[in-house]
Amino acid sequence: MRHKRRQRLHWPDYLILAVIIAFAAAIWFRISGALNYNWQWHRIPNYILRWDEDEGRWFTNLLLQGLITTIRIAVYSGILALVLGTILGIARTANNLAIRMLARTYLEVLRNIPPVVVVFIFFFFLSEQLIAALQMERWARGIARQENIAVWEFFFGDMRRFPSLISGVIVLALFESAFVGEIIRAGIQSIPRGQREAARSIGMTRLDEMRFIVLPQAMRKVLPPLSNQFISLVKDSSIISLISVQELTYKTLELVASTRMIFEAWITTALMYFVLCYGLSLLFRRLELNKGR
Amino acid sequence: MPFGEGWLFAAFPLEPRVTLQHEVRKDMVSPGAPPIISMRNVAKFFGPFQALTDINFSVRQGERVVICGPSGSGKSTLIRCLNRLEEHDEGTITIDGIELGDDTKDIRAVRQEVGMVFQQFNLFPHLTVLENLTIGPIRVRKMDKPAAEVLARTYLDRVRIPEQADKYPSQLSGGQQQRVAIARSLCMEPRIMLFDEPTSALDPEMISEVLDVMVELADSGMTMVCVTHEMGFARRVADTMVFMEAGRIVETTPPAQFFTNPKSKRARLFLDQILEH
Repeated sequence: MRHKRRQRLHWPDYLILAVIIAFAAAIWFRISGALNYNWQWHRIPNYILRWDEDEGRWFTNLLLQGLITTIRIAVYSGILALVLGTILGIARTANNLAIRMLARTYLEVLRNIPPVVVVFIFFFFLSEQLIAALQMERWARGIARQENIAVWEFFFGDMRRFPSLISGVIVLALFESAFVGEIIRAGIQSIPRGQREAARSIGMTRLDEMRFIVLPQAMRKVLPPLSNQFISLVKDSSIISLISVQELTYKTLELVASTRMIFEAWITTALMYFVLCYGLSLLFRRLELNKGR
Repeated sequence: MPFGEGWLFAAFPLEPRVTLQHEVRKDMVSPGAPPIISMRNVAKFFGPFQALTDINFSVRQGERVVICGPSGSGKSTLIRCLNRLEEHDEGTITIDGIELGDDTKDIRAVRQEVGMVFQQFNLFPHLTVLENLTIGPIRVRKMDKPAAEVLARTYLDRVRIPEQADKYPSQLSGGQQQRVAIARSLCMEPRIMLFDEPTSALDPEMISEVLDVMVELADSGMTMVCVTHEMGFARRVADTMVFMEAGRIVETTPPAQFFTNPKSKRARLFLDQILEH
């Protein structure tokens, strides 16, 4: 029988709430009294959307620019991490020992190094070199000078910042791919052996067996953990502010540095992350309910 | 003497139609033809455990072989070696002129000629019945989709569930699922069909609908190797009974002799055990 949860508050609950409120109030007084902090909440909306008198229209300002960049990075590195993670997951279940060992090494290295260190290593050893080798800098500047770049700007924002965006995407995707890979491996291994045997017995190649029989079923099973991982990715994206990718955390740092609105800026940013991530988790929950007919 | 004349017919009453067709079918097995399946001195190990020992076994075109024996005697392992779901460690296995080895092309070629039906059906749960049937022809035989669907519907008709084409396997009963699995194998138009305890996972009332389909298939001249405990079915369709114990083939006899007067003591004991209730 299912345990029925209490719906009503009783006196101990009120006591706990009172203690928490008192504690919050104490902190509040310390900030406003002892620190003599000058709250300037009214200035925050301007840093989200700015009205330009000369041009007579709205412009996105620091915080919203950062949020949009964060969303772009999350989407692109999410897709890239899924692709890399799928390859990694398949490699982890491969028959070939060398392939399995490579995949395992990659995974263990990533899992046992702090994310910040991983980000720096990937940035300096991988994406910087890659971007230099592909001469992406010149290419992006070339596009930035062209006339009709609305499509480019929609997908990548300011094209002069394109190399930085891409290195952020690559770094984040490489980091998350290890976790995605583990999720996919678990999914692949959860598919009964009989499925693979049936696929093989009608003469399918290993590739087709993976593509048409194992992966479609595995993906369906791992959708919930994958969507959780995507939410983690959105939150982890704040780490790449360290390599000067102009996403939400970086923009907030800029804002704080120039305006000294420490509390307002960070609380606003926290709220933006919260709304984004909580919204995603509600969305995914809804999708799952629909799926489980 | 536990086996009096007619005891089997009392236990497993046969329809006359089937007996008649069975007699007709006999002539299709050409005695002089080279075997389509041949196993020579095959051995198979699972670690230190020897699952198959010195297996010599051959099947001619159109022949129907039923393999029986106590559980753990290596029946499933033997049949799974025939399409290399298990790799044999010693000896040679030749299917339709192709020797099974490490060559993946050869293995795939053999698998296209050899259909297999599993105890647990192993239908693809994410595909509809029709897609389960067409995926082999489309992906392996590179047939185009409309042609594959026509083919699939023909075989769904043959296993008598044409109306279930657009359902998912989980929406079907066990018996229907197993018939879909048979149709899926047939869609590859194999020359040999392997059955690995096809009715063991079924509720009793669904066994006959699957056996009926298998009898029909046998009557059509398909070469069949079946691992089954359904002795009524074996009696109806088998040309040869193979009895295994502890990884060895103990005897290979025509069913008439096997059921009335088995050569080995162990086979007699086995028959006593499975037929006594």
